[in-house]
Amino acid sequence: MVDNKPRRATRRSFLAGTGAVAAGVTLMPKFGWGAEEKKLNFYNWDTYIGESTLDDFNKASGVDVTMDLFADNDELFAKLKEGNPGYDVIVPTNDYTERMITAKMLVPLDHSKIPNIKNIGKAFMNPAFDPGRKYSLPYMWGTVGIGYRKSRVDGVPDSWKWLYDSDRYAGRIALLGAPGTVLQVGCKYLGWPLNENDPAKLEKVAELLIKQKPHIKVFAEDNGQDLLLSGEVDVTMEWNGDILQVMAEDPDISYVVPKEGGLLWEDTLAIPTGAPHPENAHAFINFVLGAETGAAIADFIQYATPNAAAKALMKPEYTDNPAIFPSDSVIERCETAIYQGSEYSQLIDRLWTRIGAA
Amino acid sequence: MENWRRNPLVFWVIGLPPTAWLLLFFLVPLTLVWVLSFAELRGVVDMEVTGTLSNYWRALDPLYLQIFGKSFVFAGLTTLVSLVFGFPVALAIVFAPRRWRAVLLLLVILPFWTNLLIRTYALIAVLRTRGFVNFALEWFWDQANAVLSFVGLGSLQLLGGRFEPLELLYNNTAVVIGLVYVHLPFMVLPLYASLEKLDRSLIEAALDLGASQLRAFATVVVPLALPGIISGAILVFIPALGSFLTPDLLGGTDSQMIANVIERQFKSANDWPFGSALSFLLMYLTFGALALRALYARRTAGQGRG
Repeated sequence: MVDNKPRRATRRSFLAGTGAVAAGVTLMPKFGWGAEEKKLNFYNWDTYIGESTLDDFNKASGVDVTMDLFADNDELFAKLKEGNPGYDVIVPTNDYTERMITAKMLVPLDHSKIPNIKNIGKAFMNPAFDPGRKYSLPYMWGTVGIGYRKSRVDGVPDSWKWLYDSDRYAGRIALLGAPGTVLQVGCKYLGWPLNENDPAKLEKVAELLIKQKPHIKVFAEDNGQDLLLSGEVDVTMEWNGDILQVMAEDPDISYVVPKEGGLLWEDTLAIPTGAPHPENAHAFINFVLGAETGAAIADFIQYATPNAAAKALMKPEYTDNPAIFPSDSVIERCETAIYQGSEYSQLIDRLWTRIGAA
Repeated sequence: MENWRRNPLVFWVIGLPPTAWLLLFFLVPLTLVWVLSFAELRGVVDMEVTGTLSNYWRALDPLYLQIFGKSFVFAGLTTLVSLVFGFPVALAIVFAPRRWRAVLLLLVILPFWTNLLIRTYALIAVLRTRGFVNFALEWFWDQANAVLSFVGLGSLQLLGGRFEPLELLYNNTAVVIGLVYVHLPFMVLPLYASLEKLDRSLIEAALDLGASQLRAFATVVVPLALPGIISGAILVFIPALGSFLTPDLLGGTDSQMIANVIERQFKSANDWPFGSALSFLLMYLTFGALALRALYARRTAGQGRG
């Protein structure tokens, strides 16, 4: 992303030039470093923190946490893109963490203020999207696989074929409405790497989806689990945690990571640039990474924790659940999405538009 | 009414706040989007306003024009269905006893008291495979089968061996149903306003002079209600054209409308300049349609005079 041309008015300087229209609401730290007011603004996903975590943190530190919710990474990114409106801790997913690091939207973490880093499993300490964990720490992780209704499918639908390339479950299939994820998983099905960026190959995936489209009922907006629960569809591509939540309500529902492998994701804790309370943010991240706090959160939201000390405190129903912790052989076949720049995003969007219009 | 020239202070005091509001929160953001449509992406968050037209060229690709076309068809159908359903409703309210009118009008506006998202989710609960419509149909199916068994025809399975629920959700029909549901009040209210002013003696005269009910409706009521029909059509067509929530939640795999594409440019595709160009293209097309209509109206008015 090297810009060799002389820099003319960029979006940001353009905004600054036109006056205070967009800048008005940014909260600035009222006091200097070290003497922060006892407040913290946390920007999180829905139902993605322990029942009493925020109160417990308040009791331990006296800091009042205000939590806002975002529905997807795009919303989080779009909200912070024009400048941080006042958030201290955010929870982006790995490829968005990478995108935000590239865009200088995250501040480096001071590891000395987060002693609970020692609780994190070794496997999580040096990911490709944030080498050395300079900007982010792992919060939860999981997979994208297939949620299905046991009584309405033959055996275990353990291949993406049943969603991408077959009419066996015609009219009872839901895919995610996330363009990138659907095309990336299509690459996995066709035997290519998840992050394949050859336009010709991605084109092939799009053609496959156009052919399959008449059999797909809906590209679900993150509600595939509800469609499965209400009997609208019988097989759906979904995040494992979402399916786990409906598995608890309906024993006829199950989850599998297909044999071709799926998408492995990790949500991270990070501090956005311009955070008004960086001290409190470090303290909060440290608190969340504590063994007992981590266990309480994992117990409530039922996602896989990267916190080894927390996992050690959990019951076997959680630690031995293959829908939460897939076996190592399954994980080996999964891949993590990486951020591939604007041209890739535009290609994906164009293909997605074509799939929808075909 | 006093002339504002004679009392400019009152004019300024009353006129300034709304003008400032419109300038600050409508014109300025709109200008920003317009300027952005001539920008190029530079890296992840930076955009450079270079005056390029490439975003518009990209937007004129047949792929996007086809989606524009589809959105116009969806919005047009929505307008037509709203008119067909809205006209009798407006007429009924006009001819209702005076003390009932306020209540009936309130009932038309009542859905606005609930958030659009909630109303759309409610519609999902009505239309889905295990939704209220299919429950009702299944009940009728069961009753009919019970009657058939009672008269000794049960073994023939005249209604099929099993109730087959209708596929009402996740297709283009569901999108039009949803859009009509959301926009119907915008059609009923202007229709009511113009029908209410209608001089009823004209209808009576038509009937006295031997016109049938239908003829009186077609040649007297409809032409007199035309201003209401036109403003209702505009009020329904334009917001329906820019809908993205309804096709998102009720639509199937090919219910994508242009606003869904625009929304993605500001989110997952992270291509604000292209999204801005698409938005403005949509606006130009809408302006164009309105201008054509005004031109047509002026010409027919001219013919009428001549």
